[in-house]
Amino acid sequence: MGDVPKANAPTLKAARLDVEDISLRFGGVKAIDGVSFSVEPGSITALIGPNGAGKTSCFNAISGFYKPNSGRVKLDGRDITEVPARDRAALGLARTFQNIALFRGMTVLDNIKLGRHVHLKSGLFSSLLYFGAAQREEMQLRAEVEREVIDFLELDHIRNVPVAILPYGLQKKVELARALAMRPRVLMLDEPVAGMNREETEDMARAILDVRDEWGVTVLLVEHDMGMVMDISDHVAVLNFGRLIAAGAPAEVRANPEVITAYLGSTGDPRRAETEAA
Amino acid sequence: MDKWANLEFIDLVETSLAGFGTGALMALTGVAFVIIYKATKVINLAIGEMLMVGAFVFYGFSAGLALPIWASIPATLIVCALVGGIIERTMIRPLMKDNPVSVFMVTIGLTSILIGLVELIWSAEPRRLPEFLPQQPLILWDAFVPSKTAYSFLISAVVVAVLITVFAFWRGGIALRATATDRAAASSVGINVAGVFSFSWMLAAVVAGLAGILVGSVGGISSAMGLFGLSVFVVVIVGGLDSITGALVAGLFVGWLEAMVGRLFGGEFKLLATFSILLIVLVVRPYGLFGTHEIERL
Repeated sequence: MGDVPKANAPTLKAARLDVEDISLRFGGVKAIDGVSFSVEPGSITALIGPNGAGKTSCFNAISGFYKPNSGRVKLDGRDITEVPARDRAALGLARTFQNIALFRGMTVLDNIKLGRHVHLKSGLFSSLLYFGAAQREEMQLRAEVEREVIDFLELDHIRNVPVAILPYGLQKKVELARALAMRPRVLMLDEPVAGMNREETEDMARAILDVRDEWGVTVLLVEHDMGMVMDISDHVAVLNFGRLIAAGAPAEVRANPEVITAYLGSTGDPRRAETEAA
Repeated sequence: MDKWANLEFIDLVETSLAGFGTGALMALTGVAFVIIYKATKVINLAIGEMLMVGAFVFYGFSAGLALPIWASIPATLIVCALVGGIIERTMIRPLMKDNPVSVFMVTIGLTSILIGLVELIWSAEPRRLPEFLPQQPLILWDAFVPSKTAYSFLISAVVVAVLITVFAFWRGGIALRATATDRAAASSVGINVAGVFSFSWMLAAVVAGLAGILVGSVGGISSAMGLFGLSVFVVVIVGGLDSITGALVAGLFVGWLEAMVGRLFGGEFKLLATFSILLIVLVVRPYGLFGTHEIERL
């Protein structure tokens, strides 16, 4: 796929993301406990860990859906801990959800176009007053989205289909497309291949690599599919019981005894962890 | 059947026109209901009482304070917007994360609160609004149309037409739908979800308040006039809870039907006819004539 020139992907400036010592409590339960890690600009970084390790909580703290009890989240050095979720979108943080969060009842194209609304110049209320200008912007938006996102992710054939009737794998891809339409600088994917078969997983993995290579965005993902994580990530951070237990290149993390214990629940035979991870 | 013997054609035409007049007011109130549902998925049972509040506030400005009509109407609509905003901020938004049934129950409580407030300020006595629409009746061909019916029809039609156009072409319309479908996804693409909530309640309160002024100017006002909302629920269920066009078509139809049934069989049969239609629609097309049919893929 790499040699075929893709439809015009915009070149975006990849941003750096720093998570500094964040903690998050729900009542007496510590979901995240002093976690710090960095996502280098232009890298694909994976956040992994057993169920209930705090991956999604961490994700929600970064995207602004939860406010951490302490610690900072920084985008390119700028502290965004206090910025509400909707404003992080305009700063270049785009995300997908573990359980698909598409606008059911709308078509694929409408869903994707909604991703771009954050960048439209005419505001919601001024677009009411300057109808002509807003309409022109709308047309331009449609053309841009088709060129950049729909062609890029090969969604042409379903653009006018209501998302609700699409198979699961395609819905996940439409969600990725909507996030891309936001022209993100950091793309956050919450379990992008959960529940997918091998073919769909490979397709999604390739799309993520293409997005990083051709759009130049930073990718942070939470994922359970170890094969996929180890294949495409540059950097892996491992959480267990709300704490960061390891971070580094995929090969290092895979060999880390603490990670093996976390995944197997006891100090088992490392070769078994190896099989599990592959 | 002998009571139909001396029924003239012109009589039916006049009855129909009067029915369309009432129907337009139902449509307008239905639109107010739909705006809230479209954006927040809240079934607002208090829409009839929000209409009543509009009528009484207008009474307060035009009769109580004796302001001229051109000042009373905008002042009323501003107060309505504030009331809508306060209701949303204090009673709806805190429950945003709860299930829709609790919000639904809150709107039932809201009906009593609004009735109570109005009776505290203006007492439970029925009143008349000052005359402000031209008195000259309209003669369409040979049919006689009372001027108030004609004007409330015209005003409702214009307002509903403007709202349909705006929601079809304005980007905010799609933001409203997005918010209703999935709030987390909406804020992840940068939509101000709380703002959409406030906006929809304020706009709905303004539209309901305007309907209240018109309903009140036709039939007088009382703290029980919120019962008008009952027929409006039928209208929105028939038209589709999330369709402004549906509210318009169903409003005109239900208004016409009630007038015809009232004329042919007597007033006590009006609600029977209305609710029979409701029953049929619920069985045949539960999402309404123009509502969104959610496709579930299992």
